[in-house]
Amino acid sequence: MLARSCLRPARTLNGLRNAAVNVSKRAASTSSGAEASPARLNIAAIASTTLAAGSLAWYYHLYGPVAFASAPAEEGLHATHYPWVHEQFFKTFDHQALRRGFQVYREVCASCHSLSRVPYRALVGTVLTVDEAKALAEENEYPDEPDEQGEIPMRPGKLADYIPAPYKNDEAARFANNGALPPDLSLIVKARHGGCDYIFSLLTGYPEEPPAGVTVAPGMNFNPYFPGTGIAMARVLYDGLVEYEDGTPASTSQMAKDVVEFLNWAAEPEMDERKKMGMKVLVATSALWALSVWVKRYKWAWLKSRKLAYDPPAETKVRR
Amino acid sequence: MSLANSIYSTLFRKNYTMLATVFAAGFAWEIGFNSTMDKIWDSNNRGRQWKDIRHKYVEGGDDEE
Ligand code: HEC
Repeated sequence: MLARSCLRPARTLNGLRNAAVNVSKRAASTSSGAEASPARLNIAAIASTTLAAGSLAWYYHLYGPVAFASAPAEEGLHATHYPWVHEQFFKTFDHQALRRGFQVYREVCASCHSLSRVPYRALVGTVLTVDEAKALAEENEYPDEPDEQGEIPMRPGKLADYIPAPYKNDEAARFANNGALPPDLSLIVKARHGGCDYIFSLLTGYPEEPPAGVTVAPGMNFNPYFPGTGIAMARVLYDGLVEYEDGTPASTSQMAKDVVEFLNWAAEPEMDERKKMGMKVLVATSALWALSVWVKRYKWAWLKSRKLAYDPPAETKVRR
Repeated sequence: MSLANSIYSTLFRKNYTMLATVFAAGFAWEIGFNSTMDKIWDSNNRGRQWKDIRHKYVEGGDDEE
């Protein structure tokens, strides 16, 4: 078996060589009539190869290299890749972490960032019980239907209401934050290159002080992961900032990890269900695929296993 | 009569029994497949899903959600 497969390439090479010889013979005989000398043929081959390689090189020189318009600092430092368990193919979110992350969002980020696409009802059965979510919704007031005088009274929130934004509008948000708009966090994990890794790196990546030689604009903070390195959000997470109800030590990285996982849930609330469905689809399609392979072999068996034999006619029956 | 033959003559010979068999088998298969897959999923994600931690937060064990 081994010997046979080793021999095969040699044979194909032979075939190629024969073909090449045939072609050059034919070309020589049709074009000039007289046999071209090998030296002229060699020169022609070298010249055309040089031309081809040269034009390739020239084309690559013109269009090949990617132009980087900005310096590495303007691109931001590449976020480290962390082994997020919830990013594995068949793993759900860790809902205990989601619950802690929601607590971090509520106690820290919510004073600046809105989470406008998440209603209280989405939290039920994910991070909160119904009663907890109802109680939380009732802490805020929302405009009710107009009364008989056309006035719009306020009513306590319900499960169907969305988590309120910290500011009335973007202008107010900018005004309160030195002109920088804290982006809505509902889809931020999907909206940033690097996703979870980037946001985790951003939240935990503030150095004690900017490196020597870096100028930071007034009101800005140095963060190597933020494109441009000057970010309007100061470091917000410090060890022990929140007190987790499940007793997890609230270190900076623990809080960052939890809030990032929570924001990933906010951006992809369907993930658990989607992955479960994906697993079922993979199982069902691989079973069907195996079945189809079996059926094919079954149906082709007679063709693949037949034997062709040459049965020469008997000597006496050959016509001369 | 072999098993295959008896299956054929009782279930697949008449068109309406064949249809009924196919529908019922599809129904049963779906239920079995889904519940097996859900069990595998839940054991692969033990402790991570809300239903695994919910009991810590509901008060008095009332089962309204
Ligand atoms: C004091 C207000 C404040 C708090 C608290 C705050 N942020 Fe911010 N955040 C900002 C501002 C302002 C920006 C806009 C920064 C800029 O564009 O320079 C921002 C930007 C961001 C960005 C976007 C960065 C980018 O790539 O554009 C993310 C992600 C973010 N914050 C996450 C968080 C998280 C998570 C928390 C809670 C742990 C949090 N922030 C708490 C004010 C805040």
